[in-house]
Amino acid sequence: MSDAANEGAKATAKALDASAARRLAEGRHADQSPFRRFLRDNRPAIGSLAVFVVMLLLFFIGNPTVFSQWSIYRAVLQGLPVVLFAVVPLVFVVTVGEIDLSFPATMGMAGWAFALVIQAGYDPFLGIAAAVVVGLLLGFIVGWLVVYANLSSLIATLGMNFMLRGLILIQTQGKSIAMVTLPQTAVYKIFAGDIFGIPAQFLWALVFIVICAFLYNRHRFGARVHVTGDNPDAAQQMGINIKRVRLQTYVFVGLGSAFAGVFAILINFTWWPTAGDGYLLPVLASVFVGGTAPWGGVGTILGSAIGSLTVSFIQTGVVGVGLSGFYVQFFYGLIIILSLLGHRWNQIRYR
Amino acid sequence: MTDRIIELKDVRKSYGQVYALGGVDLHVDKAEVVGLVGDNGAGKSTLIKILAGAVRPTSGQILVHGQPVSNWSAAKSREAGIETVFQDRALAVQQTITRNIFMGRELTGALGFLKVAEQHEEARKLMKEIGFTSKVFSPNSIVGQLSGGERQGVAIARAIYNQSELIILDEPTTALSLTETAKVFHFVRQARAAGRAVLFIGHNIHHVYDIAERFVVLDRGRVALQITKAELGSAEALIKFMEDIAHPAEAGAELFAQGVPS
Repeated sequence: MSDAANEGAKATAKALDASAARRLAEGRHADQSPFRRFLRDNRPAIGSLAVFVVMLLLFFIGNPTVFSQWSIYRAVLQGLPVVLFAVVPLVFVVTVGEIDLSFPATMGMAGWAFALVIQAGYDPFLGIAAAVVVGLLLGFIVGWLVVYANLSSLIATLGMNFMLRGLILIQTQGKSIAMVTLPQTAVYKIFAGDIFGIPAQFLWALVFIVICAFLYNRHRFGARVHVTGDNPDAAQQMGINIKRVRLQTYVFVGLGSAFAGVFAILINFTWWPTAGDGYLLPVLASVFVGGTAPWGGVGTILGSAIGSLTVSFIQTGVVGVGLSGFYVQFFYGLIIILSLLGHRWNQIRYR
Repeated sequence: MTDRIIELKDVRKSYGQVYALGGVDLHVDKAEVVGLVGDNGAGKSTLIKILAGAVRPTSGQILVHGQPVSNWSAAKSREAGIETVFQDRALAVQQTITRNIFMGRELTGALGFLKVAEQHEEARKLMKEIGFTSKVFSPNSIVGQLSGGERQGVAIARAIYNQSELIILDEPTTALSLTETAKVFHFVRQARAAGRAVLFIGHNIHHVYDIAERFVVLDRGRVALQITKAELGSAEALIKFMEDIAHPAEAGAELFAQGVPS
């Protein structure tokens, strides 16, 4: 390099150091401290945890006797896993920049497959396999419609939800399937039994969350989901098959919905033709209450899991405090809006 | 003989009846910074796309290290060590610097899990190599926090990764402030010092003159001039030449004599 070029390089290096010093003075801090980085990376999750703790505290003050009993928490932990298995994969879809409203019907379909296998007298393990196959297949079909047929994810998945539910209703004529022998099976003991007072399904949900958190943050799949949702054009330019990534997130939701459908049956020993329907709004709300950004590119598995806890606790909490059931919907809305306001304030959207 | 990273011989590209490039000869050698200038519509973008392999020329020859290459494509361009930083930079701004650098070619271990520590270390080294000396940023910083010049730096770092020999920068200083432009120049000089060649495309002649050692002027799909910095003498001479070819009627035409009009 010539002397002149060297001089130039030195001058710019000096200017860069000066600007670095200025930025430090302005408080644009480095991300080198691991603690600060932890706070930054988990800001939305910490925010949703704070919402949950405050809510719990208010309930506790409202009725200390009821909320110091383990049974009320146990009741929530029993139903929560069904929500979690749907919420966590949905975070991937939202991060990739899409939405999926068809998971309730997939839960119903997968649960139906499980119930039919058991009704036919086969082992429940085979029933789980059938449910998983159905979930993956439906996820693939829904994903294909959105990704390769280029339909709007909001409308197409809503349409699929209606269509699949309609198929169930036509075929079953609205009849449910009861599985009275289910509590005696190994599957029930393993997946929905009781381990030291904690419902087994909750522990399975925890395992699922941990695996998904690693997939999301520490795996190639998660990395590609993030960049595809953030800037699809860039991802494509860098050689990522963005259509395949999008499709994979839908298939993943199919898998999660299948698990959710099976766990819903393990709790009730009955499959209803409407199974899954009630989960649409709580699950969606949980994703966003947990701090996953609606615009894609960023999200949090842990936060959305905590969000599910918050949303699932509202109903139990409101009734436990002694208010009538008429208050439940109001509190749902209140918590959702307050959480969104909090995340809005807590999160910067970089462009 | 110097090492020719890439050489184009009589490359033409037509879209239907319209010629975007009408026979271009161009070469880039190892560790040199070439400035490519020309008015809008001169064929710069087409030329970049051909070099990047995104567009296939209608006719002409492409040689990599002196060897003719057939079926030129984006994959072959990358194989030849050519990385293109397009104008929009193609960054995911809500992600960390590391994730952007390894976009699409993550370092993975067992079962596709990321080698987080290795990626972090590699990103740190790359940032150092291009002179990303700013102490406030680490590979974990979010790209959205960076200035335009620093974002360009991330794009350049990504281009350097994978041992690329030639980095094509498409208008990297457009819409950047003075200090940000200085940063980009700093990155380019560092890349060159590390033995990479850079093809620098720009509208601001002063910028291009400052950074490049050799200049190629495109005009209506042809190379109007190929000249070294020493032969040119000043940025004003280059500007004058470009004004002259844009308005031939008022031509002073001194530089036509020096140039190699095709």
